Parts: sequence; structure tokens; C-alpha cells
Amino acid sequence: MTSQKLDALVDGVCRGESALIAETLGRVEDTRPEALPQQRTLLGRLENETVPEHGVVGLTGPPGVGKSTLAAALIRHWVDEGLSVGMVAVDPTSRRSGGALLGDRARLRPKPDERVFIRSMATHDQLGGLAPATRAAVVVLRAAFNWTLVETVGVGQSEVDVETVADSVVLVLQPGSGDTLQFMKAGILEIPDVLVVNKWDLGALAQSTRADLESILSIAPGSRPEWSPPVLGVSAQTGEGVAKLAAALREHRSYLEGSKELSRRRCTSRVAWAMELFSLRYGTYGLERLGGPEATRSLATEISGTALDVFSELATRAGLPA
Amino acid sequence: MADRPWIFRTYSGHTSAAASNRLYRTNLASGQTGLSIAFDLPTQTGYDADHSLARGEVGKVGVPIGSIEDMQTLLDEIPLQHMNTSMTINATAAWLLALYIALAERTGVERKALQGTTQNDLTKEYLSRGTYIFPPEASLRLTTDIIEYSVDEVPKWNPINICSYHLQEVGATPVQELAFALANAISVLDAIEVPKEKLPYVFGRISFFCNSGVRFIEEMCKMRAFTRMWDQIGRERYGVDDPALRRFRYGVQVNSLGLTEVQPENNIPRIIFSTLGATASKNARARSIQLPAWNEALGLPRPWDQQWALRIQQILAYETDLLEYPDLFEGSTVIEQKVAELEAGAWEEIQRILDMGGAVAAVESGYMKRALVESNAARLAAIEAHERIWVGVNRYQESEPSPLTRDGAGGVLLHDSRAQREQIERLQAHRIRRDASEVKAALRALHDGVSNGQNVMPLSIRCAHAGVTTGEWANTLREIFGEYRAPTGVESPLQLRSGDETVAEVRRRVAEISGRLGRRIKILIGKPGLDGHSSGAEQIAIFARDSGLEVVYEGIRLTPEEIVNSAQQEGVHLIGLSILSGSHLELVPAILERISVPLIVGGIIPEEDAEKLRAQGVSAVYTPRDYDIHRVIREMVEIAARAHGVD
Repeated sequence: MTSQKLDALVDGVCRGESALIAETLGRVEDTRPEALPQQRTLLGRLENETVPEHGVVGLTGPPGVGKSTLAAALIRHWVDEGLSVGMVAVDPTSRRSGGALLGDRARLRPKPDERVFIRSMATHDQLGGLAPATRAAVVVLRAAFNWTLVETVGVGQSEVDVETVADSVVLVLQPGSGDTLQFMKAGILEIPDVLVVNKWDLGALAQSTRADLESILSIAPGSRPEWSPPVLGVSAQTGEGVAKLAAALREHRSYLEGSKELSRRRCTSRVAWAMELFSLRYGTYGLERLGGPEATRSLATEISGTALDVFSELATRAGLPA
Repeated sequence: MADRPWIFRTYSGHTSAAASNRLYRTNLASGQTGLSIAFDLPTQTGYDADHSLARGEVGKVGVPIGSIEDMQTLLDEIPLQHMNTSMTINATAAWLLALYIALAERTGVERKALQGTTQNDLTKEYLSRGTYIFPPEASLRLTTDIIEYSVDEVPKWNPINICSYHLQEVGATPVQELAFALANAISVLDAIEVPKEKLPYVFGRISFFCNSGVRFIEEMCKMRAFTRMWDQIGRERYGVDDPALRRFRYGVQVNSLGLTEVQPENNIPRIIFSTLGATASKNARARSIQLPAWNEALGLPRPWDQQWALRIQQILAYETDLLEYPDLFEGSTVIEQKVAELEAGAWEEIQRILDMGGAVAAVESGYMKRALVESNAARLAAIEAHERIWVGVNRYQESEPSPLTRDGAGGVLLHDSRAQREQIERLQAHRIRRDASEVKAALRALHDGVSNGQNVMPLSIRCAHAGVTTGEWANTLREIFGEYRAPTGVESPLQLRSGDETVAEVRRRVAEISGRLGRRIKILIGKPGLDGHSSGAEQIAIFARDSGLEVVYEGIRLTPEEIVNSAQQEGVHLIGLSILSGSHLELVPAILERISVPLIVGGIIPEEDAEKLRAQGVSAVYTPRDYDIHRVIREMVEIAARAHGVD
């Protein structure tokens, strides 16, 4: 890639030009080893570009709770406020065929004349409910749009993984699903920054679900004492509560910026991404060469630069091709 | 005593109200005994002819009706009091019925004398036909408004025609056809609010529109099962004592899905055998029949083609001795066993749907749609694997040259390209002529009345008299109810032909090309325009997924701009378009000129048009003769590979 091309892509992304954003995403999704150097340059440049008033929101929760419908309502709200939105929507890959149906667009139906950009991705072999290129795509989109949304597939370890890609995690549940107890057991309620009881129009059942969640949270509060996650009732269908959710996200954003939390999260995210790349490429063998997973992780934490820089440094130190 | 013949209909309408009126009068003169009106897609989906979504669709699959003026032209010199008129209209059924009633009032015919039917069944629109506008709950409310109004005001009208026809067209098994249609009827009846003593009468006004395919013994058994199950539902669920009110009254259009583009003359025997399914058993005989034309898979039928379809019915009714006997199958243990088997399967499925909360819930959750997509995929996989014989398609493909398709455009009537412009001119002239203040007042009354729960019919009749247009009426209701996107059904986890070597080979090739591209081959399947027949698009989507591709599918009714936007944002390697309304020459260039991704098109596309499309840059054109879907997928992969320099 020539430096003119690089400049053109970076400028195009920052100006929010669809065609160039799409091309950049195509380049960072490329899994061929020879694509890595240009990805490093590209993402390195974009890493430091941010749009004023921006944030990365992860939407997670079990299948069928209405995450896509909620995403659509949230996007509509932001667009009405004059803000732009980028989104990564993740769908599962069929293990047998390797193919995937990327169906979220059908529910979101963005209008061509709005500043909304949606990229659908499949999980491939990834277990965590994200696609391999999700992290890179987030770097690209957050340089282009006010808000970046990531919607996980909602199975497996989604809740855990999304924490390492989003600044604000929204856990979406539906009334009376009986999930609350399971979530409490799994310790998952420690993760979200905002909880949403969707399908609020179902009435009493929804209200009792919210009450359950609130009482669980009062016994087991989130991991950060200075932010107590709100539990919001939202009906993506009727639009009720969407404005409150948007307000909560903005508030969480100010909290992150006003504390060390944002840089802590970005650091966690970078390390997780570098570890993911390294394990994917060199597996247990590579990790052993650096003294095991824990040693590798603390080593990664000390290295500066983007996730791809960290990956290269780890590889070099392990005496493996970067 | 000999049975009376059923009503002979021909489903027709095209270009303009005046052209369709000439056609109807010709058909009535040649012995047709009822009208069956086909409306164009803008009329069915509530858009005026000058709306951007109507581009290329005006007068295409039926007649455009924009206001009472068009309705008057359409039925000019046809005596409404003697006519039995079937209108294939759903989302805008209340509006077209209002226009019909207003016209009757204008011409001095009493409402009570009007006979006919509005299809008015939205469930099958969400599942198959795609001309819905509003969400299921709102649609059900409009449906029941029409029924509640008609029962008193237009008592000879069949206000709803529950359709199983379209379910078979998208692959429903006989059991699914029975179960989904009856569950749908139950959801409508359960929602109706009339005094208890009136309910049996309402039950008696519900009629059905069924399909009959070439497996005519099973089809006849299905009709017998319908008859018995409906009788039982009337008796047990709704307490209808009068057996006459519990009769399963149905019309039939015989199966189009099995009709072929290759050797189209073979469609005549197919149509005849299919007709037997709906006529052979006196106790379960259709009340009205419409037959497709032999060359329907090629394009729009001409008057002569329609005449041939009508003659089949006349020969069966008047030349053969079919109508001279009582029921031929009463007492046959073989038939009885088959009927019982279908009934048992259908009762079980109905119970499952009722347990989910009924037909509306089973539509919203995507359950019914998924089930149909799976049945259709299984059907197509069987044809592809030659487990199911399809003469001329996957067996006996060799043919002498056909004299029937030798001349010109394969024996089809070409669409009149002036239709849209002329319709827009008429519409605009009408808008100027009418009393604007009365239009405004009528629309306001419609908005307020419907919002407050008043019956939509009287409000719509007022709008009809005022000269309101189809688009204005529908937009007013869109403001109240919003618009709906039905589940696409393609997210079914179904596996096709697993273990098959052909499939394994496609998957290997996909993996190989994907490796060279640096990411999985990603395609977008799009349905531009108003055409809602999404079955082909759905099957390509799930076969492609099964072959290892990543598939973006957004459902129906997309503008060219939306398709281009999605293809660009998603970074797809290929776009596949499915268009069955015949609007390919208008819609495809609008996409081609905006994006440089390889594009393929599938649909009912005559060879001359296919050549034009290829000349414009379309990489490949597929028609219903391409039954081997995995072969289509393989070609798509190669096209994508070539375009990206990795073949």
C-alpha cells in the first residue's frame, strides 16, 4: 500500500465516506499473513483518530431477547439527535458448512441517506460471540462515527468477550425469562454497565424482572464501586425507554472519561486482542515460549502501541515470525 | 341429481382499468361466469402510481386502481348486481371493497345485492406473497373490521378468503397447508367481536382458497380432510349447529409451482390432473376454479392462453360425466385411511400453533415461515437429487422443437411500457378535478376514526366517494399502525443433503477461493421492487449458506438505492437479485449503474430480456429451469472469483 493510498483511506474513514470505510474494513478483515503489515500501519493511524462525542457500546444477552430491534431503536434515536452510527452485527457461522446467514440488516433496515453504517460479520471459529475482525472493525468505525455499536450473537462467552471490545456493555434481558438466576450464578451481572429489560410493554412481568435484577445487584454490586449499573425498562417496539437508555450511555461515557476507567478498558482491550492474535497464530506452543498464558499477558500489558504492535513484539520476544 | 358446475374464473387484469375492462367483457362473453381481479403491486401495497417504489410496477402483474374513477372504468357496463367478483386484495382490501361499494352506490346498485369476495388474508402474505403493509395485530383488526361490517351491510359478500394456496406455492406439505390455514381461520374467528348469536352466521361467511397440485389423489384427500376438520371446528369450537353453515366452501387455483418453462405444453396435462384433486370428490368439490395458463412460467398469458385454460374447465364440467354421480369415494378404505392420516398430522400441528398463542404469534416468532422454508428446501433438494421426477426438467429433457413457442416472444404478451405514464397522467388529472376540502375532511375522519377504534369500512367508503387515492388511504393508516417487516425464515439451521459429494465439492471450492480472497466469500441476495414472492431468494440464500458462503439477506421490497448501500457497506463479492414481477429491465440497470460488484439475476425472464441484461453487464441470468441450485451456487462462486482475480 502506498502512503498516498494510506492517507486517502484514513482521511476517507475520518470523513465518514462509506466507500472508503468499506474498503478499509475489507483490508482489516483480510486473514492472509501478508496483509498484517498494512493492517498494522492502517490501524496504528486510525487508533488515535476519534470523533468528538463518541463511544463504543456492546449489546449482549441471550438469543431472542430482541437485541437487533433494540439496536434499531437506539440507532433511530441517535440519528434523530443528528449523530452518526457505525455498527458491527455478528451472526454465528455454521460449523458444518463454514457459511453464515447475516440476517441483522433485515431487522435494522438502515436508510441510504442516513449516516448509519452497518457491517455484518460471522463468528468463524471464534467461541466468544464476536467475529475475528470485530476488534479491528471497531477501531475503524469509531474513527468515523459518533457511536459504534457491537451486537454479539448472544451465546457462549459473549458477555465476557464484549467487555474487551466495548467501552460500555449493555446486557439485554427479557421479562420472566428465568435467566436472572443463571446470570447471578455465572457472575455475569458483574460485567454490564447498563442492564435493559426489553419488551417492557409486557407490563407486570417486565416490572417484576426489573425488581429481581435490582435486588440481585444490591447484594452483588458491580466490580466498580463508583458506577452502579442502572436497570432500565425499554420497549424497542414502542420506543418507550429508548431515550433513557441513550442518556444512561452518555452518562456512562462521562464517567469513563472523568476517571481512569476508559484508559484501563482500552488497555484491557488491547491486551485481549494481542493475546487473541498470538494464541490464534502460535497456540500453546507460543504461549509456553513466553512462560505460559499469565506471563504472556503481563508482558503484553507492559508493551505500548496498538494491539498489532503488541502482537509483533510478543512474537519477536518468543523468537517467532512477527 | 347432477351437481351444478362450479364458477369458472380466470385470474386477470393488466395495464389499465380500460384495457382490463375490455378483457373482462370478452371473457364474460365467452362463457366465464365470474370475475377474478388481479391488481398491480402498487395497488396491493398501497402506493400511488407516481410513488418512487411503483417504478416499473404499474399495470404489470394486474390492473392499477388509484381511485373510484379507475374502479368505474374497470367495471364499466358490467352489471354489479349480477356479477360474482373475486378480488385478490389483502393489505388494502378494505379500500378496494370500499371503492366497489361506493361504485355500486354511485350506479344505483344496492349493497345487499353485491356478491363476491375479498381475499383479506394477511397471514399468508407474511408467509408467502409479501404484499402486507401493517404489523400482524393491526392487519387482523382491519380483517375483522371488514368481516364485521360485511355481515350486516353486504351479507352476500365473502369478506375473507383464507388462503392455503400460497402456502403450497412456497413448499407447504399437505399437512402444513391444512394446519396453517385452519389455525389462521381460528385466529380470525377468535378476534371477531359480534353478538354471540351472530357467530354461527359469521362462521358461515368464511371461505377458503386452496391449492391443488399434480399429486391429485393426495390433494383430493386433503380437500376431504379440510371439509371434515372445518365442520368439526365449527361444531366444537364455535357451537355452530346448522350443518349448512359449517360447510367448507372453497375456491381453487391449481398449482403453479409445478408448471415448467421448459416444454411448456406439458403444463396442460399437469393442470388437468391438478384440477381433478379439487373436483373428483363431490363432497369436497370446489365452488370456484381458476386455472393458470399453460405458458405462465414464460410471462404474461395472452387472451388465447386464458381461453385454453377456461376450455379445460368447460370440457370437464360439460363433456365428461363427472358431475352426474354422487361422491365416488365414500366408503373407500384407502381414501379414508389417507384422509385420517392427514387429519391427525394437521390436528397435531394446529395444537402446536395454538399453544404458541395462535397464528399471529406463530407469524411474529417466525415459526411458520421457518417451517415453510424448510419444507421447500427439502422439496428442492429432492428434485436436485433426482429423487423426485419432474418431466422435462430433471428427466426426459430432450424435446422436438415446439411449434407453440416457435414465433416471437415465446408466446407471451409483452407489457405495454406506456402503462405507467398514462396511469400517472390519469391520476394527476383526477387529483385536480376532485374537491380538495372534502378529500382532506374524509382523510381526517379516517385517521381519527380508525385511531379511536371505529370500523374502517364506513370511513373508507366516504374516502372513496370523495376521490381519495389508494396511496393517500394507505398512508393515513401507515401513520396509525406503522409498517412491518416479516421474519425471513432463512435463519433455519436446516442442513441440506449432508454427506453428498456435490455439496462437499462446492464447499471445498468456496474454502479455496475464500483463502485466496483473504476472507469468506460474502454475497448479498436482494429483492428490489414491490414483488413479495421471496421463495426463490430464500432458497438461494439457504443453499448458499449451506455451501459455505456468507450471505446477507434483507427480505423484500428494497429500493435499488438500499441494495447498493448494503452491498457497499457489507463489502460483498457478488450481488444476486430476484425479481418475479417482470420488472427486471427497469430495476436491474438502476443497480448496475451505481456499483461495480458482479451481479446475477434470477426470475421469470424471457431469453430476449436475458440477453439485454447480459449486454448491460449482468454476469448471469437464472430462470425456473435452473432447478439444480447447487450448480447455480457453484457458478456464482466462479463469477465472484473471476471478478476478484482469484479464479
